[in-house]
This record gives sequence, structure tokens and C-alpha cells, in this order.
Amino acid sequence: MSKEKKDELLIDHNRDGIDRRGFLKCMAWAGTGTLCVMQGGVLKSFSLSRLSELDPAAAAGELRFVQVSDSHMGFNKPANQDVAGTLKAAVDKINSLPSAPEFLLHTGDISHLSKPEEFDAVDQILKSTGKETIFVPGEHDVLNDDGQQFRERYGKGSAGAGWRSFDKNGVHFIGLVNVMNLKAGGLGTLGAEQLEWLEKDVKSRAKSTPIVVFAHIPLWSVYPEWGWGTDDATQALAYLKSFGSVTVLNGHIHQIMQKVEGNVTFHTAASTAFPQPAPGTADSPGPMKVPAEQLRKVLGITDVQFLRGKNALAVVDSSLA
Amino acid sequence: MNNWIRICVLALFLVAAFSIAVVKGETAHAAAQSAPSVVAVKIDNFSFGPQAITVAPGTKITWTNRDDIPHTVVSTEGVFKSKVLDTDESFSFTFDKPGTYPYFCSVHPKMTGTVVVK
Repeated sequence: MSKEKKDELLIDHNRDGIDRRGFLKCMAWAGTGTLCVMQGGVLKSFSLSRLSELDPAAAAGELRFVQVSDSHMGFNKPANQDVAGTLKAAVDKINSLPSAPEFLLHTGDISHLSKPEEFDAVDQILKSTGKETIFVPGEHDVLNDDGQQFRERYGKGSAGAGWRSFDKNGVHFIGLVNVMNLKAGGLGTLGAEQLEWLEKDVKSRAKSTPIVVFAHIPLWSVYPEWGWGTDDATQALAYLKSFGSVTVLNGHIHQIMQKVEGNVTFHTAASTAFPQPAPGTADSPGPMKVPAEQLRKVLGITDVQFLRGKNALAVVDSSLA
Repeated sequence: MNNWIRICVLALFLVAAFSIAVVKGETAHAAAQSAPSVVAVKIDNFSFGPQAITVAPGTKITWTNRDDIPHTVVSTEGVFKSKVLDTDESFSFTFDKPGTYPYFCSVHPKMTGTVVVK
């Protein structure tokens, strides 16, 4: 691999100094163990030491889980030619957390081309956490077969295209599928059947029940031009309007973003495979090449903790380096 | 004498028939030669290039994915549908009937294109 200067562009298609295959000029992503929050396009980071203010020793009913996303097993282009290695690094990170998660959520794009050996490889790597992983599919997981393979592998206990809900320690988890039957020119879509299921699922639950929704494509309009949104998410969120605490965890965009809207906190995770450009900073949302020594800094996992008595879940992103 | 006339008329007929066939063949050949029968569309940077294309009936279009992410080519009316195309993979379809054929990438639905056949 040739040595490139830090700020050198590999291919400058538009002669504008910005290219998603080139090097990122300004890396605002912080290093290990940092809480990253994107507010109005400005990245704010807080070091782990400040999280002691969240009173982690609190009470009974504490629940902790980890979100991983966008492992894209099978991807082998310049942006990352060892996605198995970076997923393994994510697992090492999970295994070295001060307090073990109870389970893992994978918010999709498990595989890159929906190939059996790709799913097998991810299963194999995640097995070494010793924890159960609950999956929702990304658009890369339902290629060629309308998601049949995904449902065969990971659909136990789910309905329809793979949506499901379950409870852990008083928290109600809802896994949604918004990558099926995508329409030309459209965004992600949940569809009538799933929305009907969701309405029934939450209807008679106590409004004080903390809710965690997880789905691949963001349930808020991050950047519609690049397909980063879900056409009918507003309907879904309307069913959750009266719950005191709703956390939405998504993937798909391969970068950390957060938005708070009333009682709902939206959070997107980094990929364990490759980063993608921030909205509008490149001509398309494809894999972004960064200097090799910085790659693991822009990949990561998300550690989520529920503390009874607190409305919002504590969400901590950790990069792989 | 009569036999000779018959033979001549038959020969004339055969020559005429053969000539017509040759001329017809030549015209068809010339027509095929003057119109391009295979057209290429490049898939790159999450877009189809050219995005809108007009071709004559009988043209075969070949889409080739030069992007570093897989894409598909799917007609919105169910006329054609590729399997997933990784980098450097291709899909072809021959458009025989005139009409407008909108299509998109079913993995990244914001990617759209149109083929007009006339």
C-alpha cells in the first residue's frame, strides 16, 4: 500500500477538495470510551470520566446491552479490507467492558451480499461474547430472496418480515424491519401490516414502561437525499407518543448521530466495517476511506444502560481504537 | 419450343425471386448495421449514468456496476429485475417493445433511471 500524505485526496471527482474515497480532512470523532453527540451538525464529545455523574451505581433493575451495527461481512474494498478483523475488535471491546452486557442488538447489514458464509462468519465472531444477539435486517441482508434466509436464521420469535418485541428487566424492546419492499425514489418503509402490529403491541402497556425501538434505517429524517430516513416512521412514533421514555436505536448511516425530540431520543451507531461521510459532505453516501491508522477510531460499538428512575437510557459509544 | 419458353419463364421467376430476397436481406443488414444494438449504462456513485436514455426497439442495454457497493436494476413495472450486482458485475436486458421503462435500485431506492424505447 503506497504511503499517502495525511490530507491527500485519492480521487477528486468534482475538483472540490472533498471526495468520499479520499482522506477525511477533519476527524472530529474522538478516541476510546467517548460519548459522541452530534448536535445540529456539530460534534460534541464527553470523556467517559464524566459519566460518573449519571450515578451508575443506582438501584435495582439495572439493564445493560450493546448495540453493534453494519458489520457488512463480505465487504473487501479499500475502505476496509478486513471487516472480520474489525468485527473481532468490536467483540474484544465488548468483552472488555467493565460490566458485561446482558445481550446484544445488531441493527442490520450483518452481511454485505446476503451470502450464507457471510452470516456464518458473523455468527461465529459474535459467539465469543457468550451473549445472545437479537438481529434486525439491513437492506444488504435481504438481497435476492426477500429476506427468507434472514428469517430462517434470525427470525425465531418474530412476525412478518422479522419484526418482534420482548421485555427485559421492565424495558420493552421493539425490533422493526424497514428495509423490505422499498419503492423507487423512496426511503425506508415499515408498511401497513407492521404498523398495525406495532399499534397493537404497545396499546395496553403502561406509559411508564421504557421503550427501546431498534431498526436498521433511521426512523427520523437524517438526510432524505441519501435515503437516510423512513417514509412512514411518523405513524410508528405516534403510537409511542404517550410513553415517558422512548429510545430509538438505528444503524445504516455508519456514523454516530443523536437527536432528542420530546420524549424520544434517537441514536445511530457507527459501523464495525467502514465509515460513511456526514450528510452532504460527499457526492454520495458510499464507503469512506480514511488513513489506516484512523480506521478503528471511526468504527465502534454502543453500550446502553438503563437506570431505573431515569427517563433516558445512558448511551455510550466506543470506538474500536 | 414450348418447353424452352417454360424453362425461360421459370428461370426468370427464380432470378426475380432470388433478387428480391437478396435486396430484402441487404436492407435488413444495412438497418442492423446503422443502429447500435448494445448500449452501456454505468452504475457508480449511487447513480445510473446516463440516468435517462432513449434507444430503438431491439436494443440491448447492459448495466455495469463500477461502484464499491452492490446495486440492483429493477423495473418499477416488473418488466426486468437483476440479481444483486457487486462491483464489476453486469446485467443486460433487450428492449423490444416501445414504451417508457422507469427503474431503480431496490437496495438504494433513491437511485432511479428511465429507459425510453422508440
